[in-house]
Amino acid sequence: MTDISAPRPSITPATPFVSTAFHEPQPAPVSTRGPILWARQHLFGSVPQVLLTLFGIWLVYVTVPPLIKFFLIDAVWTGTNRDACLAEKLGRPVGACWPFIWAKLDQLIYGFYPASERWRVNVVYWLGALLLLPLLIQSLPYKRLNAIAFFGVYPVVAFVLLTGGNLDLQRFVLGWLGVDFSTIGGAQGLRIGFWVDYVLSTVLLTAIAFGISRFLAGPEGGRSAAQTTLSVLGVLAVVLLAVDIDTGLPQVETRLWGGLLVTLVIAVTGITVSLPFGILLALGRRSKLQLVKWLCIIFIEFWRGVPLITVLFFATYMLPLFLPGRFTIDGLLRALVGVALFASAYMAEVVRGGLQAIPKGQYEGAMAVGLRSGLMMRLVVLPQALKLVIPGIVNNFIGLFKDTTLVLIVSIFDLLGSMRAAFTDPNWASPTTLFTGFGFAGIIYFVFCFGMSRYSMALEKRLDRAQRH
Amino acid sequence: MSEVSPAAPPRPKGRRWSWTDPKLRSQVIQITVAVILVWLLWSFYSNAQSNLTRLGIASGFGFLDNRAGFAISQSLVPYNESMSYGRAFLVGLLNTLLVAFLGVILATLIGFLMGVARLSKNVVIKALASAYVEITRNLPPLFQIMFWYLAVLATLPGPRQSWGFGLQPLLGAIGSGLSSIGLGFLGGPLSAYAASLAAPGVFVNNRGLVVPRPIFEDGSMAILYALIAAFILSFLLARWAKKRREATGHFFPVFWTSLGLIIVLPLLASAAMGFPVGVEKPELRGFNFVGGLRVIPEFVSLLLALSIYTGGFIAEIVRSGILAVSKGQTEAAHSLGLRNGPTLRLVIIPQAMRVIVPPLTSQYLNLTKNSSLGVAVGYPDLFAVFAGTTLNQTGQAIEIIAIIMAVYLTISIVTSAIMGWYNKRVALVER
Repeated sequence: MTDISAPRPSITPATPFVSTAFHEPQPAPVSTRGPILWARQHLFGSVPQVLLTLFGIWLVYVTVPPLIKFFLIDAVWTGTNRDACLAEKLGRPVGACWPFIWAKLDQLIYGFYPASERWRVNVVYWLGALLLLPLLIQSLPYKRLNAIAFFGVYPVVAFVLLTGGNLDLQRFVLGWLGVDFSTIGGAQGLRIGFWVDYVLSTVLLTAIAFGISRFLAGPEGGRSAAQTTLSVLGVLAVVLLAVDIDTGLPQVETRLWGGLLVTLVIAVTGITVSLPFGILLALGRRSKLQLVKWLCIIFIEFWRGVPLITVLFFATYMLPLFLPGRFTIDGLLRALVGVALFASAYMAEVVRGGLQAIPKGQYEGAMAVGLRSGLMMRLVVLPQALKLVIPGIVNNFIGLFKDTTLVLIVSIFDLLGSMRAAFTDPNWASPTTLFTGFGFAGIIYFVFCFGMSRYSMALEKRLDRAQRH
Repeated sequence: MSEVSPAAPPRPKGRRWSWTDPKLRSQVIQITVAVILVWLLWSFYSNAQSNLTRLGIASGFGFLDNRAGFAISQSLVPYNESMSYGRAFLVGLLNTLLVAFLGVILATLIGFLMGVARLSKNVVIKALASAYVEITRNLPPLFQIMFWYLAVLATLPGPRQSWGFGLQPLLGAIGSGLSSIGLGFLGGPLSAYAASLAAPGVFVNNRGLVVPRPIFEDGSMAILYALIAAFILSFLLARWAKKRREATGHFFPVFWTSLGLIIVLPLLASAAMGFPVGVEKPELRGFNFVGGLRVIPEFVSLLLALSIYTGGFIAEIVRSGILAVSKGQTEAAHSLGLRNGPTLRLVIIPQAMRVIVPPLTSQYLNLTKNSSLGVAVGYPDLFAVFAGTTLNQTGQAIEIIAIIMAVYLTISIVTSAIMGWYNKRVALVER
């Protein structure tokens, strides 16, 4: 706008338009902010909008206050049996029956795990939380060490603590081949015969690996194959020693486990086992070897095509028939095998998505610097691909966590199963017990799943940002 | 990696073959894998053989002809205890397909509704839809099935205090409501009028949902034929309208015409045959209802839980599909002069469908597979009938689990094939 009060130059006829009059300042434009306009835009834009808003408010009105009334205001907080939760005895409307939950809480968290041994479960819970939290927070250091501790060491420690260890191992490779070491005695729950077998087998296997690789790939290959075999067997020896030694902890059979313990054991084992198998399957599915590729495709699509419950039935009723008769497998272990097969197939598809997202140039670059295909995968492709699919893995875990409820159909009592068992207690039968139980279990499932899904979304956002640079 | 194929290095002189030769290496690996596989299968087979003889379990599929001897609470085809396991299998399969089919339809409706609601400008509706999606997706499906079955349906009143649905109870309720707030002069006559009406035909109680049963008399087939004819005509009409639109640019209201055809033709046929379809209303006699159709609560709870659970996932798929269509498409359609409705129908949804269809397929499959969870509440689907009762009675785990797995695999493959065909049709044609 020009300053019209200043002396102006003479107006020539060629000038198309110059304003000579003073223009009144226009009123400020209608505010595009403020509560009334916001309400008009977001709530009362048109007649259907008004109706929708009113309907929504009515819906909130008929659901939320009764829920609050039921779970908090009318709720009973203390008591020792069903009498505390009966409206006739209290003389007022009764909401949630919380004493029922307090009474059953131990059963919901530990199942029938012996009371004197429950500290072991607590240690496992806390140790898991302590190792997992720093793994989830991106800014903390020592990720690699932390991951090894959580995925490698923690399962062994948890296994020994929960079951009591002392597996009483008898035979290793040579033992199965018919060489008998069982006459040699033992101490501390260890059979010396087994360990003699182990050492001899290790020597033998290393020698075989060395021999074959040397013959096929020369001295260099022979040495590296021998090293790989030795280190794998060395790690295995540490693990076996840990589960074989008599720690002095009383054994607790898995049929005594229950509640949240079983839910977490199945979910965590499923995801931990499925990760390596899923990676192998995903690599196999993209392999150039036709036989390997098709086997992987069939395996993955088969398990993805059937419901988890049939897989659990397969593992519970059919698998034992396929194994030599002298094996008797623990019920929980059977379910774990089923879950692991199922989860591996799903994990393979997640990992495959990550592998496909890695540009071809990365493969070519790795080959150009002379990496063999194994090293190329380990050093270049997988680290990038796995980072990309972390949100997918978390989503998989959420699915698995929800799916653990299915084990109650094969008579393993997870959180939901323990809750259902608790409902049958006549001591606590009251009209509100069911709603209280479902409310409590629902809150636990929701907190776990919702928390993980938010974490996965935040992760996705951050990865997105990182990708854009 | 099919895309990376390092050229084979020249073989070292003096040796006939080398481990670094990719061709040889791949053959060695594949032969090893094949040998291990064969050994594994053989040991499974021989173990199974010896275990079965040891446990005295029969093998083979001969048991399918044996007498089943158990009752099934819901069956779409005639069935009784004296029929064979094969017949029980059919009953279970049909029950699975029924709940999956209805569940897919309901879940799609819920999902699209909630997905669109989550994109609404109206904050109340948006918040409610978000709450629905978050709650249903984060609770295990089995939890939801058991919640509906144990906590909701089982606590409904018994048959004698059933909730009736129809004009009579509705007017009666309004009448007594009016009387209770001091408008007796209005409420009284209304209640009296309601009492004079016929009893309702739909009841809900803790033994399920009772609805009138249609009775088809002679000539009912004409209505079915008319319905089929209406569908064929609608299909032809849609094709003709599309051709004409592409040639001339003129629209033809296909949807409304088809809807009219589908309603009017069967009605006409029915009138021509003298209204051959009667209704048998359920009646309360003693402690339960006689007549009518009873939908068992197991079915209702399974259907509700599955469609509500899967609906939450479909809502998210629909939302992301619509968001994936760029805003420029809407603006372009508006600038061409299309109004909001046609913009959504002709521009946004066809493009969103491309994003929506693949994940939607896997949700349909999930729903079908999750229908096997009905076993937890006793819905007689394929899994409950076969892996439950039949497995208990015969002990033939291998055959029964193999049959069940084969059925679910077939359903999966057929569904993916159909949706794949559809997806190909709506997919972007790239040149």
